[in-house]
Amino acid sequence: MADVALRKVIKRYDDVEAVRGIDLDIADHEFVVLVGPSGCGKSTTLRMIAGLEDITDGDIIIGGDVVNDVPPKDRDIAMVFQNYALYPHMTVAENMSFGLRLKHYPKSEIKTRVTEAARMLDITDLIDRKPKQLSGGQRQRVAMGRAIVRNPKVFLFDEPLSNLDAKLRVQMRIEIKKVHQKVRTTTVYVTHDQVEAMTLADRVVVMNHGRIEQIGTPNDLYHNPATRFVAGFIGSPAMNFVPCRLEDVAGRLHIRLTDRIAFQLPPSRATRYQGVARNEKLLLGLRPEHVTEAKAYPEPGIEAFDAVLDVTEPMGMETLIYFTLEGAQICGRVNPNAGARDGGPLRLAVDLNNMHLLNEVTGAVL
Amino acid sequence: MTSTVVIDKAAPTRTVKYGSMSRDRAWALRWSYFFLGLFAIFSLVPPLYMLITSLKSSAEISAATNPWWVFHPTLSNYVALLSSNQFLRFFWNSALVSIFVVTITMLISVPAAFALARMRFWGSATLATGVFLTYLIPDSLLFIPLFKMFALFGDWTGIPLINRWYVLLIIYPTLTVPFCTWIMIGYFASIPKELDEAAIIDGASWFQTLTRIFIPVAMPGLIAATIFAFTVSWAQFLYPLVFTTSTDQLVLPVGIITTLIKGDVFNWGQIMTGALLGAAPPLIIYAFLMDYYIAGLTAGATKG
Repeated sequence: MADVALRKVIKRYDDVEAVRGIDLDIADHEFVVLVGPSGCGKSTTLRMIAGLEDITDGDIIIGGDVVNDVPPKDRDIAMVFQNYALYPHMTVAENMSFGLRLKHYPKSEIKTRVTEAARMLDITDLIDRKPKQLSGGQRQRVAMGRAIVRNPKVFLFDEPLSNLDAKLRVQMRIEIKKVHQKVRTTTVYVTHDQVEAMTLADRVVVMNHGRIEQIGTPNDLYHNPATRFVAGFIGSPAMNFVPCRLEDVAGRLHIRLTDRIAFQLPPSRATRYQGVARNEKLLLGLRPEHVTEAKAYPEPGIEAFDAVLDVTEPMGMETLIYFTLEGAQICGRVNPNAGARDGGPLRLAVDLNNMHLLNEVTGAVL
Repeated sequence: MTSTVVIDKAAPTRTVKYGSMSRDRAWALRWSYFFLGLFAIFSLVPPLYMLITSLKSSAEISAATNPWWVFHPTLSNYVALLSSNQFLRFFWNSALVSIFVVTITMLISVPAAFALARMRFWGSATLATGVFLTYLIPDSLLFIPLFKMFALFGDWTGIPLINRWYVLLIIYPTLTVPFCTWIMIGYFASIPKELDEAAIIDGASWFQTLTRIFIPVAMPGLIAATIFAFTVSWAQFLYPLVFTTSTDQLVLPVGIITTLIKGDVFNWGQIMTGALLGAAPPLIIYAFLMDYYIAGLTAGATKG
């Protein structure tokens, strides 16, 4: 077990810069998820930690040692791949013990470790099978088992659940979390799925265009995104963005969405946004759960308005509604009994206590 | 509602299409059987004629009877050849050369293919293409310069190469190594990259990755390459004809021609018998390893 640090790490292929200077500190025992759209450099970063890619510039430090020029086998890391990468000609037990056998561990020790890992992953019955005879979920367990028996300093996961179907993915997600709770090995996990990132991580690293957009705990990223990219990437359904302006009406700060719709800001937000230029082009960021049916009694910061719905999506415990405001499609979550129907009118309320205000040009959250 | 209507409309069209499909298929099958039959006859007649002739005495071969029927079958040709030390010597030489050539070929082409397929180094792509181009040079262009080179080498070093069976161990790999390397590059390339990355992270060296992961996984391709190398060296005619002359140095194909044709006298019975016996080892190997051979040639066609 060890901590991992990246210092101004850069990866350049010919003329493309895939990773543009990353600084990241991962504490011992921590589970860190790198998340971002494809091509954001997250896999490249992971492969550089593994040593499968050279770094163009910067330092990678594992357990206090700079490992820039250390080959993968001497970095004491284990990696789980998206396509499992099991050795097809070996049984499950042989697959798991391959690394230990290369290092000439005593047979009894190998057997203990394999048995232990197999029990932890619930694959004891499959130990003599070949990978071909296993289902996708079982193969992924074996791949994890191969990592666990090595008892490495760091686990690296490269989109390990992307090849599984949706239901199995949820199950294996929980499985991975359980394993981490037991073995407590420092883990770096790459995924493009923000739900996976949120559910697994101690800390999430959101990447875009080869840079880190924001690092934080899942709740931190969700409630206090730093940029428009993070705000839109984390959360499902995604955050709504509506073009808006700030306005002073009778000495109070208002936010104007359309010619018809303007809301007075609640006191806490008003103080926070007081310094923003009134003519600045802004975006109002609102999560779907903060766009709901209007309540019978007024509350501070909750403002009602009328909308005509385009589409409704009943989810059972709630109904997702979609309507258009100033050319932007807005998603809201309402009670199934609120009377929402396709094409129908509905009185809605926005919770401005949880609003975000973004600069439309720079994308920064104000 | 709408979707139901669409299905109703589509149903009759589909039935008609299935009908025409199966009719097309039936005709396609008939034609393919016709041409397969034609091809089978075409390729099986020569060995059949060899078999018939090998069972005849010289008198019957030269007699004006039906050449496609044996009236007085005899095994005398087989007895004569199998009890002849000379013929057994040819057989032994052929076996020796082939086994050595296969071994040398595999020892060179498997690591070469692994390096070219997996270890990115300067010029590796060019080198891989170069390997393939080597195979395209016709061997009949090379035997004269090669003969000159080996003769010179003998003059300079005193090590005789001309008219020694082991000269073939130097020559044949120039034919087999490029092709086998090419087959193995293709096969290794079909192995997912994550597999060697996993092995490297598990602590394997390049050599261990090759021997413990790639060779077992690529076994069908390896066997296909082995069969190819064996067939080439077993059936090679031009080079041994040029480079070996003494009867104790000859391999089977050349031995049969040079010793069983005396001047203008063709000992057809024994020639046919020798050819048939010579064809036996590759035939046996093919029969045993056919499944592997086909799997090797169609590597990468399906997802492993």
